[in-house]
Amino acid sequence: MTDGDLILNCENIVMDYDGFKALNNCNFRVQYNELRVVIGPNGAGKTTLLDVICGKTTPTSGKILFGKGINLVGKNAEDITKLGVGRKFQAPSVYGNLSVWQNLDLSIKRPSKGVFPTLMGRSSPAERARIEETLETIGLSPHAHDRAGSLSHGQKQWLEIGMVILQEPSLLLVDEPVAGMSDKETEQTGRLLTSLSEKQAIVVIEHDMDFVRQIAKIVTVLAEGTVICEGTVEAVQADDHVREIYLGRAKVAH
Amino acid sequence: MPEHERVRPDSRETLSLYLVGLVLLVVLPTLNVLPAEDSWLHLSDFRLNQFGKFLAFAILALGLDLIWGYCGVLSMGQGVFFGLGAYCMGMYLALQIGAESVYGSELPDFMVWTQVKELPLFWYPFKSFWGGFLGAILVPVLFATLFGFLAFRSRIKGVYFAIITQALAFAAWLVFNRNETRLGGTNGLTDFKQLLGYRLSDPSTQRGLYIITVLALGAAYLFCRWIVASRAGKVLIAIRDSESRVTFSGYTPWMYKLFVFVVSAGLAGLAGMLYVPQVGIITPAQIGVLPSLEVVIWVAVGGRGTLIGAVLGAVAVNYGRSVLTNYFPEAWPFILGGLFVVVVTMFPDGLLGMIRKVTARKQAPAPVIKAEGRTAA
Repeated sequence: MTDGDLILNCENIVMDYDGFKALNNCNFRVQYNELRVVIGPNGAGKTTLLDVICGKTTPTSGKILFGKGINLVGKNAEDITKLGVGRKFQAPSVYGNLSVWQNLDLSIKRPSKGVFPTLMGRSSPAERARIEETLETIGLSPHAHDRAGSLSHGQKQWLEIGMVILQEPSLLLVDEPVAGMSDKETEQTGRLLTSLSEKQAIVVIEHDMDFVRQIAKIVTVLAEGTVICEGTVEAVQADDHVREIYLGRAKVAH
Repeated sequence: MPEHERVRPDSRETLSLYLVGLVLLVVLPTLNVLPAEDSWLHLSDFRLNQFGKFLAFAILALGLDLIWGYCGVLSMGQGVFFGLGAYCMGMYLALQIGAESVYGSELPDFMVWTQVKELPLFWYPFKSFWGGFLGAILVPVLFATLFGFLAFRSRIKGVYFAIITQALAFAAWLVFNRNETRLGGTNGLTDFKQLLGYRLSDPSTQRGLYIITVLALGAAYLFCRWIVASRAGKVLIAIRDSESRVTFSGYTPWMYKLFVFVVSAGLAGLAGMLYVPQVGIITPAQIGVLPSLEVVIWVAVGGRGTLIGAVLGAVAVNYGRSVLTNYFPEAWPFILGGLFVVVVTMFPDGLLGMIRKVTARKQAPAPVIKAEGRTAA
């Protein structure tokens, strides 16, 4: 693996919260068009890892190189979004009082998102077509005109994924997308993420091992703020160190 | 453009708005002029003038609805911007009194009894009408830009912003009360005689001011509606619903807050400018903490996040005050407070929400995104 293939290269990330190291010399690399799953026990630092990449928090030290070597550390969330990092939060975060269509329309990538261009802006036919297409992808076409607040939990998660992909990120960060979903919804989400990974790199945090098996090619195991193991699902599940960490916590490997 | 991209009243409501506009603009002034004074149809000069004052308050309420109802940012300092607008126009009017003043001096009376010998420099622009007119809009706008920039850029949100704006209202009240501020201290500015050569005591001047206020309210309403119907208006609602998501969609929320705060300050200044010549006095009592809070009550009572509700609330509460203070002057603060508690706890959609509920039963179901839903601030 050469560095030229990497879309994301986190080097020695430390996130120190008053002595508690949520991330401790964490090294994490993702290639272009890869679908990577990150697992790990509670408190392993999975969400913190996504937070420092997307600019929600600034790491205490370390480098995060994105795309052609741009260091994301110290940049604010809006700028990182514009560079092409999209973030899907754990709890569905959509605009409940706007329609599904309006949610997508606000999220679409545009040259300027300043106050005055937005005040004057109207959707172009190309943008409308992209919204239609995204509605199709996330399976919400029949609900385009519904209030987003009236959607089911699973539909809100898909809407938020749709909002993030309309930003055309080259790296998509997804935090526990299937928590609280039915089996059928979980499976649909898996297919959605797999198809999206043809166009962009995706990092997914997940607990549900059935889901992980469905979508993952390579799994990264995080524990106590650092990467302890990386490999295929089978290899990771067979790893003694991983079994030890999970022992008594959750039935990860059977 | 599909219907769901717009936030506008349905066709029946639009029709009602035109009707109300027609009544305010044509019918009321006509009832003031044409019928004989003893006719039951006659609308007295006093009532028309009072209505003009309520409509000026409605413009103030529109501004607060924009920032609070749509964007979820509670400003408890709108009275300050109203006061700045009112004082700018008041200064022009005070300088128009001229030799008619009690002491026959070219200086406003209060300057004579506080031994100010020369007109302070900052009064000079207000010798001209345009100084007063532009000042009434630009001073609040510039002040809100500065204050809003400092507050929003530092990510001051929610209840902290509300408290800071309340502190601002208190500070402004203290400053305007001092004689050293050279704005008439506790007594404020009053005893105005003329505006652009028209006698303020003349009923036809007051009628003209009333009509100008109706037109200004109409323009302010359409302007606000244009903002909330635009994509930026959707961003305001999005900020209220989920500010962090807005950030991660590439917008900078504080700039939107600053924009809408400045617009609301400009509207408040316009309201103050229209208020002064109709009421004939402006004192610090109109700009402090309590008047700023009352605006919040008007909007809550009328229905937040609807624009029409703000206008309705401002007129209804002030009309209620004028009627009830005749009968129970002591009880008014309790009635007002009680009204606020009842509305917030039992009718979160306010008067407009009630009206819509009643009329919706007879009609087809309302469009999905008609009234922007609201959550507790």
